[in-house]
Amino acid sequence: MTAATTPTPIPTPTLDAYQADFERVQAAAPAALQTLRQNAMGHFTRLGFPTTRMEEWRFTSVEPIARRPFALGGPADVTSDQIAPFLFPGLSDSRLVFVNGRYAPALSAIQALPPRVEVRNLAELLTGGLDGVESYLGRLAAFEDQPFSALNTAFLQDGALIRIGDDVVLDHPIHTLFVSTAPGSAVVTHPRMLVVVGRNSSVGLVESYAGVRDAPYFTNAVTELDVGENSVVDHCKILRESLEAYHVASLQIRLARSAVVTSHSITLGGALVRNDVGAVLAGDGAECTLNGLYVAGGRQLVDNHTTIDHVSPHCDSHELYKGILDGEAKAVFNGKIIVRLDAQKTDAKQSNKTLLLSERAQVNTKPQLEIFADDVKCTHGATVGQLDEDAMFYLRARGLSREQARRMLIHAFATDVLQRITREPIKPRLDTALLERLPAADQGSRSA
Amino acid sequence: MLEITGLHASVGGKEILRGVDLSVNAGEVHAIMGPNGSGKSTLAGILAGRPEYNVTGGTVRYLDQDLLELEPEDRARKGVFLAFQYPVEIPGVNNVYLLKAAFNELRKHRGEPELDAMDFMTLVRKQLQVLKMNAELLNRPVNDGFSGGEKKRNEIFQMAVLEPKLAILDETDSGLDIDALKMVANGVNALRHPERSMVIITHYQRLLNYIVPDFVHVLSNGRIVRSGDKDLALELEEKGYGWIEGVAAEVGA
Repeated sequence: MTAATTPTPIPTPTLDAYQADFERVQAAAPAALQTLRQNAMGHFTRLGFPTTRMEEWRFTSVEPIARRPFALGGPADVTSDQIAPFLFPGLSDSRLVFVNGRYAPALSAIQALPPRVEVRNLAELLTGGLDGVESYLGRLAAFEDQPFSALNTAFLQDGALIRIGDDVVLDHPIHTLFVSTAPGSAVVTHPRMLVVVGRNSSVGLVESYAGVRDAPYFTNAVTELDVGENSVVDHCKILRESLEAYHVASLQIRLARSAVVTSHSITLGGALVRNDVGAVLAGDGAECTLNGLYVAGGRQLVDNHTTIDHVSPHCDSHELYKGILDGEAKAVFNGKIIVRLDAQKTDAKQSNKTLLLSERAQVNTKPQLEIFADDVKCTHGATVGQLDEDAMFYLRARGLSREQARRMLIHAFATDVLQRITREPIKPRLDTALLERLPAADQGSRSA
Repeated sequence: MLEITGLHASVGGKEILRGVDLSVNAGEVHAIMGPNGSGKSTLAGILAGRPEYNVTGGTVRYLDQDLLELEPEDRARKGVFLAFQYPVEIPGVNNVYLLKAAFNELRKHRGEPELDAMDFMTLVRKQLQVLKMNAELLNRPVNDGFSGGEKKRNEIFQMAVLEPKLAILDETDSGLDIDALKMVANGVNALRHPERSMVIITHYQRLLNYIVPDFVHVLSNGRIVRSGDKDLALELEEKGYGWIEGVAAEVGA
């Protein structure tokens, strides 16, 4: 990931809008943050928005984001009824809800937490100083060459802070829900999460994004997850943004020795979605699983870029990304695996499978292996296919209608990823959400 | 029950069936034998409605309707069942889930209420016992990772649960060891019923030691060239398909 040599000028109205908002919030920002934010804003204005001339953005034009002067999201009324569809009954979670980027205590619920567990919103913390977060904030998600992360950091004011000490086992996952609502003008929010987990701990995280109105808005999220020695983190990102929303997100994970992280990324909404996931296997014997499922139709674009950096020996990584594309939807999968010189005995597996339901849907899939060690196992594979006609006929020959058979097969394709989500209350709810998003047969489908 | 008259069909532009006539009455078991490429599986596929097969001539009447007019699912709902020669593996679809969906589709079509999960499982367990099948197969994905024998048993199991009026078995016996073969035969025999007809397509006479058909037909080069009772199968076994090809040449002349 090299910095762009030629800066891309940001359209003046867009830059003016960001600048004006930046100056406004910067003046009100806690002193502790001002330097970091100023620095980030500098990088953003220098870098500009990426263009399709850059390898990392070849198939994804962010022009619709660049040309629009989004206004910084402000307070808005969202009711508990409006967020109910995005919660998981039975999860008995601690829940942090953010509306247009700001913490909404009335919608949130933090359960009695065991000692050495801190779950709160960042804004509250930051008014009193940095309290140790400076060692993490902006460190995992470096922004010097990442314009969207720079932009997020420039506007860093609120978000979720989760700190878990050593030897903590949390039975129930912590749910963070970022809701956008845009009555009137198009707004941008910069959700931020910082999760720091100590040693020998175990925690589940559910990170949701949702839109409560079908309106254009822009979510620019950054999540940093630092996992200490021998800890286990089970993370699930669920994207149910409005179908007119732009969503750019970066999840950066660092795994210490023997840490185990599983992260699922489920994308069911958004007009333009870019998910960057980076994992650094920094200690011996760490294990990282990245799974993804994306369902897109119409003219949606879903771009998943993952980078797994094997720095230390004896680490495993597993990756399975599956996409279901209909209409004129486009998907991009780029899976980079770096195996450093010292990372002997690496075992890395990567797979991307796409189901195309229409002739006009398309996917660009690319594995990118950079291997410098010599005693490693790295496998990758990509498949692109349509619904299996033999299976369609088999199901119809048993009495199922074409539509039933089709849904059963599409669901079967997706279930492979969903089944790996072990948090029980999440799975059935996601299953329902998935079924709602599955394209109907008359939507530009192939005939069986 | 089933009346096939002058059936011509092609697959990928190649003519496979060249005038098949076959009449199957309720309660009868017909065996159709023939060498590779004679058109056995094409005939089975056409009866079940396989989309890639083109009927170029002739008629198929089933229970006084034009069978060829019906979509595959409508044929199934009206009681036609094809036991596939190569059952399709469907990862991600649970075996018993599919069976319940199919079973309830058939009931809906007959105007009967759907069975709930409990009642359905009672019925399924009963059939498992009859067929001496391993209950573990129920919760596996359809045919996924099944052995060849398990796949064929699963077809017979589906047939037993769905209780078709017309069952077509497409080489269900091929590739089975003797135990699996006996199980398949027992399953078929248990389903013999005055109201149910069966068309058993087979390459080998062996199956007919366990399922005694009412009629045996020999298909060669897209036509039924000889019909008889079970003794025809034995004669065929003895003389080989070469003998039939000679007969076919005569009929064709």
